[in-house]
Amino acid sequence: MILSPQTLAVARRELGAYFATPVAYVFIVIFLFLAGVFTFYVGAFFERGQADLLPFFQFHPWLYLFLIPAISMRLWSEERKTGTVELLMTLPLTLGDAVLGKFLAAWAFTGIALALTFPIWITVNYLGDPDNTIILVSYLGSFLMAGGFLAIGACISATTKNQVIAFVVSLVVCFLFVLAGYPVVLDFFSGWAPPALVQAIGSLSFLTHYSALTKGVVDLRDVLYFAALIGFWLYANTVVIELKKAE
Amino acid sequence: MQHAIEVRGLDKRFGQVHAVKNVSFTLSYGEVLGFLGPNGAGKSTTMKMICGFLEPTAGHVTVAGHAIDEDPIAARRAIGYLPEGAPAYGEMTPRAFFEFIGRVRGLERRYLESRIREVVARIHLESVIDRPIETLSKGFKRRVGLAQAILHDPRILILDEPTDGLDPNQKHEVRSLIREMAAEKAIIISTHILEEVDAICSNTLIIADGRLCFRGTPAELQSRSRQHNAVLLRLPEMDAIRVRGELARLPGVAAIDDLGRAGASHRLRVCAQEGRPIIAPIAERVRALGIEPEEIAVDYGRLDEVFRNITLGSLTDNRRALT
Ligand SMILES: Nc1ncnc2c1ncn2[C@@H]1O[C@H](COP(=O)(O)OP(=O)(O)O)[C@@H](O)[C@H]1O
Ligand SMILES: [Mg+2]
Repeated sequence: MILSPQTLAVARRELGAYFATPVAYVFIVIFLFLAGVFTFYVGAFFERGQADLLPFFQFHPWLYLFLIPAISMRLWSEERKTGTVELLMTLPLTLGDAVLGKFLAAWAFTGIALALTFPIWITVNYLGDPDNTIILVSYLGSFLMAGGFLAIGACISATTKNQVIAFVVSLVVCFLFVLAGYPVVLDFFSGWAPPALVQAIGSLSFLTHYSALTKGVVDLRDVLYFAALIGFWLYANTVVIELKKAE
Repeated sequence: MQHAIEVRGLDKRFGQVHAVKNVSFTLSYGEVLGFLGPNGAGKSTTMKMICGFLEPTAGHVTVAGHAIDEDPIAARRAIGYLPEGAPAYGEMTPRAFFEFIGRVRGLERRYLESRIREVVARIHLESVIDRPIETLSKGFKRRVGLAQAILHDPRILILDEPTDGLDPNQKHEVRSLIREMAAEKAIIISTHILEEVDAICSNTLIIADGRLCFRGTPAELQSRSRQHNAVLLRLPEMDAIRVRGELARLPGVAAIDDLGRAGASHRLRVCAQEGRPIIAPIAERVRALGIEPEEIAVDYGRLDEVFRNITLGSLTDNRRALT
């Protein structure tokens, strides 16, 4: 895929905007801190006596649930609040360029935060002899899932000028996408709904697709699921901007 | 020759609000069009539609030969646009901001660098070029917005209140910049400052309540004034009443306004019928009375008065009837 210079210019500006304030660094520190806490304390990394990063990756959906809406909330609400959306959308670029550029910047930022967890990976390699392929695939899965969260957040950010609202609504919607795979939810539906529907709900969940990847299994369907999810929400993002930009 | 901008039957509704009503006009290269109107008249909305930010409810816009709804990218490439309030990314420095704009506009790196240098020098932004935009004064912010609009040396400039928030010197600066660029570009500026129209516009367009109600040169606009070609007289106090009585009978005089005393003198304004020049017969008559006026001058009319009359619509007729 070749990105247009306009998309790249938008992405570059947006990524720069993250690092223009201390918020980005604070965010990364919180992310790394929580990843550590979840892995070593809650996940009982040492007590398990196994050389893998399963506990680390298992907590990513919950980490993302709170942290990703914080990254995505400003993407469009800020533009609409300050009026720069008018400037942006009267430059010679397409709506698709702008939406994709912003999304890619946020995704790259998340990628940076994720990459900075490498000391955990070094630790596990130092302590034992883990299957690094599984770890690599898990990282890929986590990154894909982050993209899913972000695409949802970006679209919701376009619906409001208020970043706090964008944060809360994104969190709720993402929560539904995570929960959909939990037995509690599926049991609730399986009592009365047709099995096809239950399966459909389950297959919408981040967890269903993500947990397969954290086992080191690369199923094209899981990758396609995240790609389609991202595509759908980014498309919705363009529609929302078209409808809302003038307000 | 092809028009720079062609607007036909432009209409915009926001729900119940009918913001722009069937506006049509054209703009050629070399023209500076002053877009005048009271607040809420629909100036900004019209400009947003020309730049392709808002979709019209009805009507067509063609910019540099490109229909804005069919080839928005090509149309926008030809335009430099300063939106109302000069929005900019606050956390960026002007330099980073211009680099971003240049990249999105696809300017080649070296050309972009030289353009940034030129524009920054021309608009005097050297002192703030590396400070975050959000820390700048209103005047600087506005000029950063203006610099952004002219960065790619566009053939068409659309500036929504470019001098709002500037001090008189800065206003003067911006006006001379616009005048300099006027020869080869097509420029629309919206304003509610009337002196601006006189200072830089070759044409004006007045919009009120979404409707176009005047199109002409600033001189034509001025000639609509009741005071157009009126004669201002300053006379010794004791002669004022006599002169007044005499001049009132002079053909071509529509009315005489008493402007009151000024020291030991008295000031009168003799309004001309239909704005025809009357200074010569008046001077002659006054001298025939053996009075030497302390001052005699022609008033070309007041834009703000015309503006009020035009935008208040039917009130014009009532006023004329009263005088
Ligand atoms: N996004 C919008 N939604 C609803 N009404 C709007 C919107 N934008 C402008 N208006 C209304 O349209 C009218 C024209 O506004 P505007 O074009 O901004 O006027 P001007 O620039 O001449 O001051 C006003 O009555 C304004 O309230
Ligand atoms: Mg306006």
